[in-house]
Amino acid sequence: MLLRPKTEEKIAQAFMYFFTSVAVLVLLFILAVILKNGVPQLSLEFLTRNPADMGREGGIFSTVVATIFLTFIALLVATPLGVGTAIYLTEYTIEGRLTRIIRFGADCLAGIPSIIFGLFGFILFVNKLKFGWSILSGGLTLAFMVLPTIIRTSEEAIKSVPPAYRLVSFSLGSTRWQTITRVVLPSALPGIVTGIILSIGRSIGETAAVIFTAGSALRMPSSLFSSSRTMSVHFYILAKEGVSMPKAYGTAAVLVIAILIINILTYYLMEKYIRRKL
Amino acid sequence: MNEAVIQVRNFSHYYGRNCSLKNLNFDVYPHEILGIIGPARSGKSTFLACLNRLADLVPGSRIEGKILIDGQDIFRPEVDVVALRRKIGMVFATPVPLPMSIYENIVYGVRLLGDNDRKELDTIVEDSLQKAGLWNEVKDRLKTSALKLSGGQQQRLCIARILALKPDYILLDEPTSGLDPISTMKIEDSLRLLKKDYTIILVTNNTKQAARIADRTAFFLMGELVEIDETPVLFTRPADKRTEAYLEGKFG
Repeated sequence: MLLRPKTEEKIAQAFMYFFTSVAVLVLLFILAVILKNGVPQLSLEFLTRNPADMGREGGIFSTVVATIFLTFIALLVATPLGVGTAIYLTEYTIEGRLTRIIRFGADCLAGIPSIIFGLFGFILFVNKLKFGWSILSGGLTLAFMVLPTIIRTSEEAIKSVPPAYRLVSFSLGSTRWQTITRVVLPSALPGIVTGIILSIGRSIGETAAVIFTAGSALRMPSSLFSSSRTMSVHFYILAKEGVSMPKAYGTAAVLVIAILIINILTYYLMEKYIRRKL
Repeated sequence: MNEAVIQVRNFSHYYGRNCSLKNLNFDVYPHEILGIIGPARSGKSTFLACLNRLADLVPGSRIEGKILIDGQDIFRPEVDVVALRRKIGMVFATPVPLPMSIYENIVYGVRLLGDNDRKELDTIVEDSLQKAGLWNEVKDRLKTSALKLSGGQQQRLCIARILALKPDYILLDEPTSGLDPISTMKIEDSLRLLKKDYTIILVTNNTKQAARIADRTAFFLMGELVEIDETPVLFTRPADKRTEAYLEGKFG
């Protein structure tokens, strides 16, 4: 049956509208459920007191600290590695077989399920290097997990810097490195930062890779080598073992709100930074 | 006539297997404006890119023969390319201000040498902008983004940015191709003043522009130098039929 173009257009629009609404509704539904069940649990005490009685009582302070440490270490390691790789791939090599292999490798790395990263971290960091279940093992494992994200987003950001900028910079007598640090990276910064935020989000939310490498001890972490439990692992254990659903929802709410705040804050900072630059 | 400052000898350039410049031989003299005209893909821009060795950055770029600048063969391995590029300023067809303030654009090349004395930089900025004929238009907003300037202003900024490095040579690659007649005129006026202190090579698609401001003009065709002569001579009594045909608009 043939439709008149106008009718066709209306039907197509209605479908696209429907699909978009479904996507947005799913997000809103998740947020609503978690916030409705979680927000009543939130209080200053919940955030600042350590868990007691396996998490049935008390707050989640130690898990917040562990999450921050782990994420911090992951990004401390992954950012220079990822941005460095991206710079190498875009600025120091000619597009060829080698760059394609490296890029393919990064893409494969991105597709590996996180539990495999957990197993890898367990074998390498926990056992072989004898870091044990620790903040360090967990952080390093997360670093490798988010590395491809940082490489690819940084690479795209660096590639989108107009080639003319490099040409001008070279013609004014700069070396390659000066061109990279003074022109390319500042222009690519918003894109690179976006990759880092995505990685922070993934690190905070990661459970499988962490449970294998950082362990699940409910103590307050005292050094790089203490085993500790992050918020998402805490949530997993509370929910799965039926320890306390209200506390689990409270933890989930803190996780979701934290990620929201990080995103909003970073977009705000980026906006401000770019405005100032231009 | 003075001693030649740029001597091109049996010079050929290749991109991969394609020969982009064929066996060029000519001289450039101090304080002249040498116009280079010719149809698209005749090797004009490639020639400029060879002079400051930006052509090196293109994979597969290869040369034969020599170009001597101030008596030195610029393709010898011991040549400091960074120093060479500072001596030979280049203005591109599209004005490309770097994404920073007007002030920072001008001092970009100066800062690369680690020169950071505020007063000195201020003087350089004012001098360069004066010479490029832009100072009066921007002196009150040096800290604003260079991207906010109009096309003509941006191109004069690019000229000022080169002057800040105190080069000996200025290469311009169709610098007014995207500009309106008034901006074009302003840039041509600056160039006439600048040739007192610099040697200028101007590649242009606009033959009338070469006729207006070049002392001598060279006609390139498919990588070959067809003819080079005093501008009035080349435009009125070209020695080669192809030059005549091009000037009359029969091809190109």
